[in-house]
Amino acid sequence: MTILFLITAVVILASAVMVVSSRNLVHAALWLVSALFGVAVLYALLNAGFLAVVQVVIYIGAIAILFIFAVMLTRREMRDTGPGLNQNWWISALISLLTFGGLAVLLSNWSGFSQTSPAIPSGFDAVQSLGKALISPDAFVLPFEVASILLVAALVGSVYIAFNRK
Amino acid sequence: MNFWTNPIQVTASWLMSLFTGWGMAQSLANILINLLGIVILVTIMLVIDIMLVWIERKVVARFQDRLGPNRVGPFGLIQPFADIIKLFIKENITPVGVDKVVYNLAPVLSVFSVLILWAIIPLAPTILGVDLNVGLLYLVAAGAIGTLSIIMAGWSSNNKFALLGAFRQVAAMISYEIPMVVALLIPTILAGTMGMLGISQAQQGMWYVFLSPLGALIFLISAVAELGRAPFDLSEGESEVVAGFHIEYSGMKFGWFYAGELLHAFTFGGFWGILFFGGYHFFGLENWGPLVAAAIVLFKALLGYWVIMWIKYTLMRIRIDHMLAFNWKFLVPLSLVVLMVTALLNTLLRGISAWIIGLSMFLANALIAWITIEILRARTQTEREKVEGPSQPTMEAVQH
Repeated sequence: MTILFLITAVVILASAVMVVSSRNLVHAALWLVSALFGVAVLYALLNAGFLAVVQVVIYIGAIAILFIFAVMLTRREMRDTGPGLNQNWWISALISLLTFGGLAVLLSNWSGFSQTSPAIPSGFDAVQSLGKALISPDAFVLPFEVASILLVAALVGSVYIAFNRK
Repeated sequence: MNFWTNPIQVTASWLMSLFTGWGMAQSLANILINLLGIVILVTIMLVIDIMLVWIERKVVARFQDRLGPNRVGPFGLIQPFADIIKLFIKENITPVGVDKVVYNLAPVLSVFSVLILWAIIPLAPTILGVDLNVGLLYLVAAGAIGTLSIIMAGWSSNNKFALLGAFRQVAAMISYEIPMVVALLIPTILAGTMGMLGISQAQQGMWYVFLSPLGALIFLISAVAELGRAPFDLSEGESEVVAGFHIEYSGMKFGWFYAGELLHAFTFGGFWGILFFGGYHFFGLENWGPLVAAAIVLFKALLGYWVIMWIKYTLMRIRIDHMLAFNWKFLVPLSLVVLMVTALLNTLLRGISAWIIGLSMFLANALIAWITIEILRARTQTEREKVEGPSQPTMEAVQH
């Protein structure tokens, strides 16, 4: 388990570095797919099969494909020229280091940090619990409906923009 | 527990005792046995894939009133092996300007996206890779990887025709994913689970094709579109984009795309059989043992594959705007209506005898089909009047 986690983490980090350092935009999008797939593997390692599959369906099947489409349709030359860094690189490095340090300190002070997770009881259906939580009034029905309305609004808006009046 | 009632488990425990007897650690032996199982399953699927070449060529020959391969071996059975050898010894041409890594990765991903589907197919209650409780979503996720492989092939080939073919194919795949997901939700609602084994078991009494014939039809249409086969074979077109996304592939790299397509059609035939035609159930024949049940599933998969071939070699191809309009204006609304009616009836009729539920669901589907046909007829009438002017009285009407 630990070995699998370490391999996945290395793959995710390396892919993420390649996303920002790759000069070819389509290559960057493909490296992003690799990083997102690694996150799906992490979900699967955490026994969250539903999230893992949804991660692949939505992020790789929809968002990454749309990224690649958009990259191909925007510019004739899909290659970025010029230096990859500007003179403010040390500020962003500092900010990201500080964020990482802050998160690490916060997590190490958290009581659950050193505990191992309790075993999942047999017969526990995570998908069913998730489905019930999404539609029960004392759980997440309101955020779920609000997100649905937001998506419908986006859909109506895109249809309105793309609609061809005769 | 003997070999004939639970072959996989018995073989695995025998291998486990063998490996631990050699002094191997239990966890290592477990990983090794699982790997062995994966390798055996993949090998069997690829051998079936080789025979699918023969089946496809023979069936298309019958549809076109020809004989098909009949020179190499009895009934031309050795022909696919000759084809494979030919593909292997062909020169592997890598055109100038291709993106080498992406170009070589695309055919691998194409076959990979099909082979991973067999991990969740229950050949029998005891013969299955893994019983995921999100099995149907896994099917959609594997399709996403297939879409990715096509766009990778089209882009990395450095060829305008390949890119255009990939764009067309991916546009069709993304659009037809929606009616497919909605059609997959119908067995989910009826069985109360997304796991393939649960759906197979739930069809012991009645196959879902009788409860939701429209759902089965929508799944078949969107599966054919997902496969990119005729009448939805827009990625190919000799007068427009030549061979589509695999135009620059030669030798075995093309062979992988070809093998992937055939196996994909066979696999979707299998999913059609499992989701709507009872899986391994066949009038109690499955009780004879898991190997008989596995044979039933493979037979149903072949039958589904035959239906897909029947469609491919009978229908004309559809223009891309017609195809997308057919999806968004017809299939998506129809599938949503069928889904809502199925969900409503399933909740309202809970606890009543299975025969009444089956009959009312079937009648509801027939009603939806009738209303759809009436709406289409009215629509055709208005469209025709727009083009030809108001309809003239026919000869019959004049005579009366």
